[in-house]
Amino acid sequence: MNQKDSSGHGYYRSLTRNIVLLVIVVSITPMILVSGLLLYQFQNSYREKIYAHLGEVVQKHKQKIDGFLNERLDDIRFMARTFSFEELSDESFLHDRLFTLQKEFGPVFVDLGVVNERGIQVAYSGPYKLGRALYSDAKWFKMAMTREYFISDVFLGLRGLPHFIIAVKENWKGQSWLLRATIDFVAFNTLVENIRIGQTGFAFIVNKDGEFQTRSLLDVAACKDIYLDVLAEGKAGENKMSIAERCDSTGKKNILVADFLKGNDWLLVYQQDSADAFSDLGRALRWTILINVLGGLAILTMAFILSGRIVKRIAKTDQEKNKVDEQIIETGKLASIGELAAGIAHEINNPVAIMVEEAGWIGDLLEEEEFKESSNLSEFKRALSQIRTQGKRCKDITYKLLSFARKTDPREQDVQLNELLDELVVLSGQRAKYGNITITTDFQEDLPTVMVSQSEMQQVFLNLINNSMDAMEKRGGKIEVRTLLEERHLVVEISDNGPGIPRANLGRIFDPFFTTKPVGKGTGLGLSICYGIIKKYGGEIEVQSAPDVETTFRVKIPLPEDTLDRMGTRPAGPEKY
Amino acid sequence: MAIANVLLVDDEVPFVETMTNRLSKRDLQVTTAFSGAEALEKLGQKESNVEVVILDVKMPGMDGIETLGEIKRAYPLVEVVMLTGHATVETAIEGMKLGAFDYLMKPCDMEVLVAKVGGAASRKREQERKIVEARIKEITMRRA
Repeated sequence: MNQKDSSGHGYYRSLTRNIVLLVIVVSITPMILVSGLLLYQFQNSYREKIYAHLGEVVQKHKQKIDGFLNERLDDIRFMARTFSFEELSDESFLHDRLFTLQKEFGPVFVDLGVVNERGIQVAYSGPYKLGRALYSDAKWFKMAMTREYFISDVFLGLRGLPHFIIAVKENWKGQSWLLRATIDFVAFNTLVENIRIGQTGFAFIVNKDGEFQTRSLLDVAACKDIYLDVLAEGKAGENKMSIAERCDSTGKKNILVADFLKGNDWLLVYQQDSADAFSDLGRALRWTILINVLGGLAILTMAFILSGRIVKRIAKTDQEKNKVDEQIIETGKLASIGELAAGIAHEINNPVAIMVEEAGWIGDLLEEEEFKESSNLSEFKRALSQIRTQGKRCKDITYKLLSFARKTDPREQDVQLNELLDELVVLSGQRAKYGNITITTDFQEDLPTVMVSQSEMQQVFLNLINNSMDAMEKRGGKIEVRTLLEERHLVVEISDNGPGIPRANLGRIFDPFFTTKPVGKGTGLGLSICYGIIKKYGGEIEVQSAPDVETTFRVKIPLPEDTLDRMGTRPAGPEKY
Repeated sequence: MAIANVLLVDDEVPFVETMTNRLSKRDLQVTTAFSGAEALEKLGQKESNVEVVILDVKMPGMDGIETLGEIKRAYPLVEVVMLTGHATVETAIEGMKLGAFDYLMKPCDMEVLVAKVGGAASRKREQERKIVEARIKEITMRRA
């Protein structure tokens, strides 16, 4: 029993908790797993796609730039091979050549110059005053002299402006000479700057020392090391493109795509914020997280609500089950009591019968002559008569007990209750007179008959009348027997103005064996039998009691269908007349 | 001359003893049996001229209804008055169907019982007389 009481709270709380946890785990885990898995896959393939894309873009641009450089180189080389040193040393000829180049290719070529072995520019055509300039100490000159052609890094040079040089070495009469051209930095820069992808992607070129060859959009000088890293990698490995993600000094992650240009002299670097490059991914991630969080919250909420409801339902069902169990136990108890009672009744009847017979025998013997003179004869006879009476009473009691325990099936017939009640009133007349009790009747006229057992009805109403009389025995009073018709019921009321029934007992008076009569006077079975009988006919028996004012027992018996039809009380159906 | 010759059948010994005394006092010839089997045995004896059986319904072993059936089968002319400590409609109907003369509840009024026994005995004698008459008629007719 104790376990059940505490199961009220602790049990249901833990049940709720278990259900909540289960629901949450079972719902959220797959959601997160699936999201995670898909996100991971997406991330990987997206990254690959981006890398591939960027790689392609950079490749394309590298080719463009390389192509540009090579084309310019070819132009100069062609020129150097086509025209002799002498020809080109003529400044007006050089001028024409420059003009032709500029006409053909636009302002890409800033100027042209012919430089001899000793580093003296013997001819110059261009916007700057660089005629007869000396380049013997210039790095580019030194480099150019060591190879067939040379493309320099970007430098300021004599003119003080960023530019780079394409120089081609030729031989004339055993002496080397250089034809050099300046490439317009701006035009070149634009070429590189045009690589723009996304919001933050831009490209630039650095040389082997990490020095910028083009203008960079942002101040990325501080991150030189990273490029040197990449450069180092490139030197070590083959001549291939590398893609990496690095964090800069501010902690921002960048994608770097780098590829070598100009025969591994220059590095074309493309840089973009990782966040920008992977913006789609970032968005997908944010959405996924949002959905997961919202989903998680929804699941959480639902888990609590659902489990709350489920547990409430379970609790209610448990309660009902407990009630049903109690009822079953009650019924079982009653059944056992019934059987017990029946057994007892059987057992008691025999000894009682024997006692009565013995008393009768004594009575027989008293008839003999020898006792006729006895002074106590009348007393003997009275006592014997009393034994017989009490024996009969035992029989009545056991009979009542047995009829309660067993289900007897008396026949039903059309009974006119007014008549039946009238008979009972007459029957009770003697006892009433002696108890100073007046019984009055108030019968409904034309009361319809009901299909019931005559004897059972007698039993019920006689019981009620007797109860009233028992209650008022000492001081007398009034009993009224009424019959009336309600819409679908026939009602019999038995009222008395006796001491009534205290409120505390009202709920228990129909319980078997409940009695307020002194020991030996009542068995407590009467009302419970009445209750059972009336319930059997689908009726109701109620009581209202105001002590010393009025106590009324109200018996409602449902009217049979055809009676209702005749009375016209039925709401549906046609008139049957 | 006894009013009737009865066989009292009940398993309660004190009851049987007292009843025997009381019935004897009212000029009834009483034989007793304490079970259904014993009753049939007593009825089977040659000297038995029991006219009415007063039979208790509830007995261990062969109960009243069973005994009634057996008696009626073996000794159809013997009348049976059933006595019982409790009444059941079903048992009453069964008893009447099987041919009991009547049905009384214990404890019963002695005078009522004696009257019933007398009635039963009368009927038995009447039946016997009719049978004898019929037989005589038959013999007479055959002779004729």
